[in-house]
Amino acid sequence: MTGAAHAPEDKAHFRGVWVFLEQRKGGLRDVSIQLIGEGRRIADRLGATLTGVLPGHDVGDLARLAIGHGLDRAIVVDHPFLEIYRSRPFTKVMAELVRRHKPEVVLFGASKNGRDLGGRLHAVLETGLAADCVRFDVDPERNLDMIRPTFGGKSLAHILCKQHRPQMASARRNVFLPPPHDPDRRGEIVYEKVDLSEKDIDVQLLEFTEFVQATHQRPEESKVVVSGGFGLGNAKNFAMLQGLADLLGGVVTASRKAVDSGWMPKEVQVGQTGMTVRPRVYFAIGISGAVQHLAGMQESEKIVAINSDPKAAMFEIADYGIVGDLFQLVPEMIRQLKELKAGRAAPAKPVAAVA
Amino acid sequence: MPGGTLRIVVCIKQVPKAQELQVDPKTQTLKRVGVPSEINPPDRNALEFALQAKDAHGAEVVVLSMGPTAFDESLERAVAMGADRAVLLTDRILGGSDTVPTAYALSETIKKIGGYDLILCGEETTDASTGHVGPGIAGHLDIPQITYVSEVQVVDGRVRARRTAEDGSEWWETTMPCLVTVNFGCNKPREPSLSGKIRVKRGGAVVHWSCADVGIDPDKVGLKNSPTIVAKVDTIQLPPRAGKVFHGEPREAVARMLRAMIEDGVIAP
Repeated sequence: MTGAAHAPEDKAHFRGVWVFLEQRKGGLRDVSIQLIGEGRRIADRLGATLTGVLPGHDVGDLARLAIGHGLDRAIVVDHPFLEIYRSRPFTKVMAELVRRHKPEVVLFGASKNGRDLGGRLHAVLETGLAADCVRFDVDPERNLDMIRPTFGGKSLAHILCKQHRPQMASARRNVFLPPPHDPDRRGEIVYEKVDLSEKDIDVQLLEFTEFVQATHQRPEESKVVVSGGFGLGNAKNFAMLQGLADLLGGVVTASRKAVDSGWMPKEVQVGQTGMTVRPRVYFAIGISGAVQHLAGMQESEKIVAINSDPKAAMFEIADYGIVGDLFQLVPEMIRQLKELKAGRAAPAKPVAAVA
Repeated sequence: MPGGTLRIVVCIKQVPKAQELQVDPKTQTLKRVGVPSEINPPDRNALEFALQAKDAHGAEVVVLSMGPTAFDESLERAVAMGADRAVLLTDRILGGSDTVPTAYALSETIKKIGGYDLILCGEETTDASTGHVGPGIAGHLDIPQITYVSEVQVVDGRVRARRTAEDGSEWWETTMPCLVTVNFGCNKPREPSLSGKIRVKRGGAVVHWSCADVGIDPDKVGLKNSPTIVAKVDTIQLPPRAGKVFHGEPREAVARMLRAMIEDGVIAP
């Protein structure tokens, strides 16, 4: 299944920017729409066209939606085997289309599926793939400058793929703004065929259980995030943080150490091996501030640190902080916030409203 | 495993300890020499799954790594934890390989080990954090892959795995051989045992293979055969922070902090 490496002389034959459009449960992933905006910018810099590639089943509406967000063209591969994401058939479709059309850039959202697909595809195509990019640029030699956090978020690495094409990258969620939708935008929808057989369905989905969060709010989309660390001491104490989060219209997340201790589920872990959040206010409670944790929250608009250790690294990047016992401070914060809320003339603005 | 024991290959990498990530200011690369190292944490969780399968069904656990001979330290630890044997693919020509040659070289080494039923990798490494090598190996070997898994079961010659997607948890089933990448922190890796340590002491648990031993094409590995390069590294300039840190009696400290946040428009009065 290994393809021939693309020799340098082939490079000029590769033109155009592609965005992999990830569909799930009848919609497009938000990161795919965000990437249409960034893909548009890169395509314009290169003087190239922007194509969205959409493997799926009965997804014509999504192709039209994607065009409205800024594509020149959508390539749809419609097949019942592509209804849900599976590594092998999606890799086969993308590899086949890349060989057919020779794009110079292919972008993926750095979702679980996007990384699963990109990782398999780059080995099959033997071309470069940069992970979790947060910025793109074009160098004077027309190479895509793929910029990603590295070393636990301490630095930004510029990755170039000079000789191989396409240049592939995955991009982090919620880094690029979603482009507005223009219902009048015209673009071409091309239906293409890729041969798929039963043998390509090599994994079976037995069961899906949706995560239910009490607040029905995803941390990545929440304006206020209240995060607890090892300092919380046990699972029960996270209920106290929930009280604070409820008052501020926020959600509760946790550090790796708290998750590792079994106090909170992995799904709410913030940091390098968890999720990245950029809320308006991030409360770091009992979190010392290891670089891996900072990587997942250091771009928050405002950071509040509560810690008994005055030397905790979290204080170095905090806008506000209190050095002290969190078991006294958090209940006190809840009490005073309730007082503030009660003393306010109704109807009040949400407490978390930001100027 | 026709008629025989299940053979599980666990791919591990040795990385600088999480708290010790240091960037060399001159070369702008990660300091690896003289920095305490460990088995990449998600790889430890992958190894633990393999050892649990061994406890439950009897399996042969082969640990594989690629890197300098300093990686023996981690491979020996894996054997002391209960792995049956370890292979280190070590060769100067592999230096500077990105994920493309790495996935290729590891897949060739797995072919050389042979007879594999299940390949386990960590979801990503803590030093490079791409998560690309596991799926890359599956692509080269042309076998099924299930990534970001928190539970693995081997049932009637098939693998069942619980994958954590962003919005929910998915149970997948597939045939063997297959490759599974394992989430960080999904189990509690065991400590090395006394009998394991004795086995390491006796020697011979870790073998070294060169590219020639495996039959790896030298023109497909190393820095010059890697599609990507790190052109430069910038230090992140974080936005300046207000740094209003309060001390003292809790009621007063909270009141002062909330007042400051209201004055700055962060929360509404």
